[in-house]
Amino acid sequence: MAMQLESPVSFSNVGEIKWWRRGIFASQTGYVLLALLVLMVVMHFASPYFFTQGNMQNVAKNFSFIAIATLGVTFVIITGGIDLSVGSLMCFSAMITSMVMSGLSTPGMPGASLFVHLAADGKTVVANLPGLILVVSIVAGLAVAFLVGLVNGFCIAVLGLSPFVTTLGMLSIVRGLGYVVSNGRGSFPGGPDADYFYALTSGDVLGVPAPFIYLVILALTMAVVLHHTSFGRHVFALGGNEKAAELTGIPVVRVKIEVYVICALAAGLQGIIISGWLGSAPANMATSYELNVIAAAVIGGANLAGGIGGPLGAIVGCVLLEVIRNGLVLAQVNSYWQQTLVGVIIILAVLVDRIRSRMT
Amino acid sequence: MTNAEAAPVLQLSGIGKEFGAIRALHDVDMQVFPGEVVGLMGDNGAGKSTLVKIIAGNFRPSHGEIRFAGSAVHFNRPIDARTVGIEVVYQDLALADNLTAAANVFLGRELKRKFGPLALLDHKAMAARALELFGELRSETRPYDLVKQMSGGQRQAVAIARTRLSNARLVMMDEPTAAISVRQVEQVLSLIHRLKEQGVAVMLISHRMPDVFAVCDRVIVMRRGEKRADKAIHTTSPEEVTALITGAKEAA
Repeated sequence: MAMQLESPVSFSNVGEIKWWRRGIFASQTGYVLLALLVLMVVMHFASPYFFTQGNMQNVAKNFSFIAIATLGVTFVIITGGIDLSVGSLMCFSAMITSMVMSGLSTPGMPGASLFVHLAADGKTVVANLPGLILVVSIVAGLAVAFLVGLVNGFCIAVLGLSPFVTTLGMLSIVRGLGYVVSNGRGSFPGGPDADYFYALTSGDVLGVPAPFIYLVILALTMAVVLHHTSFGRHVFALGGNEKAAELTGIPVVRVKIEVYVICALAAGLQGIIISGWLGSAPANMATSYELNVIAAAVIGGANLAGGIGGPLGAIVGCVLLEVIRNGLVLAQVNSYWQQTLVGVIIILAVLVDRIRSRMT
Repeated sequence: MTNAEAAPVLQLSGIGKEFGAIRALHDVDMQVFPGEVVGLMGDNGAGKSTLVKIIAGNFRPSHGEIRFAGSAVHFNRPIDARTVGIEVVYQDLALADNLTAAANVFLGRELKRKFGPLALLDHKAMAARALELFGELRSETRPYDLVKQMSGGQRQAVAIARTRLSNARLVMMDEPTAAISVRQVEQVLSLIHRLKEQGVAVMLISHRMPDVFAVCDRVIVMRRGEKRADKAIHTTSPEEVTALITGAKEAA
C-alpha cells in the first residue's frame, strides 16, 4: 500500500500550554504558598512581634518538628497509600533511642561494659570514643523504625492489605509496644553523651535551629530523588496508574516497600529530634501527630488519590499550620480555635484546587 | 501484500491452553511476517485474549511451541517477551496520567546519566528521543505535556511510541480503536501504517470490522478456542468474516 508523503509535524492543532498554567503555578502548592505569603504579611501588620528574630526562630523550630515526618508521609501519599503509624512510631523510636542511650551509659546494664566503666572514685567513665553511645542509640532508634516500615511495606505490597487498615493496626501495635517497653513511664536520654544529643536535636547553628537545617537538607535530597532518579519517577507512576506501572516492568512491590521504609525512617528521625527538644520521650508523646502530618501534606498539595505531591508542598503545609498557630497566639485568640481553623483550611485548600481544575 | 518468501517473525505451532477443565485454546497454528498487519478477530470468549496473553508472556501455553525470529522461545513473564522484541499496546493504554509524554514513553527504562555514584535521569535526551518518535508517528505531541491533558489519539501515540523505543519486531494492539472518536480512529490507523512502513509486524485485535479491513493484510478468525480462518484480506469480505465469527460458517 503506497502512503502519500505528508508534511512534517507542525503542531498546528496542538497549542503550547502557557507557563502560568503549568508546573507550580497550576498546582495547589502554588496557591497555598501564595496564601501563606499573604497571611504572613497580614500577620506582620497585625502583630509587631511576628517578624522578630525570636519569633521566626520559634516558628522555624516548631514546624521542623513535624515537617521531616511530613516529607516521609508525602512519599507514601504520592504512591496513593497512607501511613497512619507515624505518630506512634515517632514515640517508639525516640523511646528506644533514649533507653539505649541511658542503658549503655549505666555500668552494670547489659552491653554497657563495652561503652562505660566505673572509675575508682565511683564516677562513670567513657570506655570508648565519646559520641559512640549516641551513634549506637540513634542507630537503634532508626533500626526499629526501619523494621516497622518493612512490616508495613510487606503487608501492603506483598500481602496486598489496604494501607489504611495495615497502618491503623500498626499505629496501635507500635503505641502498645512503646508502653510495654517503658512500662508507661517514658524515658530520658541520659549518660555522658546526652549533651551531644541535646546539641544535635535542639541546638542551633548561627541562630538557625538544627532541626530546620536537617529539614532543608532532607527536602533538597527528596526533590532530587523524586524528580531526577528513576526511583522517584516510579513513585509517581505508581500513584498515577499502578497497573501501568506493573505492565511497564516497574518493580512495584519493591518501590512500595521502599516508600513505607522511607516514611518510617523519617518518622523515627522526627521522633528522636522531638525527644531532644522535650528532654524526654514520654509514652504518650506525639499522640495523634499522624493527623497533623497528613493534614500538612494534604494542605501543601499532596493528593490522597496518589500521583501528586512534593517536598515544597510538605513544607508549605507545615509552615502554614505553624504560622496559624503562632498567629492565633500573637493575636491573643483563644488557642482552642486552632484545631477548628486547621480543619477549615484543609477543606478550603482542596476546594480551591478543585475549582481551579474545573475552570481549565 | 504478504512477504511469502521472507521468514516469519512469529510462528505458533499447535498452541493449546487449558485452565483446569476449560479448554481455552486448541491446536492453533499461525505465522506473522515482518511488515505485515494481521487482524485477529473473534467473539468474546473465542480465545483471542488468551492467545495474545500467551504471545505476550502473561501465560505459558499448555501445548505447542512459539518460535520468534526463527528460534524457539519460552516466556515466563511479560518482560521476557519484551526482551526479544514483542510489545503490547493495551486497551486502556497503560499510561500514567500524572506524568509527561516523555516520562510515559520511557517508563521502566529511563535514560540516565552518571554523576559519580549517582545515576540521575537524563530529561533532555529522553525528551529529544520522544519527540523524534512522535515525529515518526506524525503525532503532534509535545514531550513535556502531561498525558492527562492529551486527546485520545495523542495518548495512543504515546503508547505506540513506547513500543518503538525498543525497536520491537512485533506489536500487538488490543482494541486500540474501541473507545475513541472517528478522527482519532483515523490517526490510530495511520499510526499502524507507520509501524508497517518500518518493517514492524502488527497484530490488531479488534471488534471493528471497518478498521480491520482498512489496515490489515490478513485476517485470522478465532472461534471456540480454535483458528477457523486465515485469509488474505482481498480474498474475503466483511460478510464472510462475520459469518465465521458467529459460526454461521464453520471454517474457511
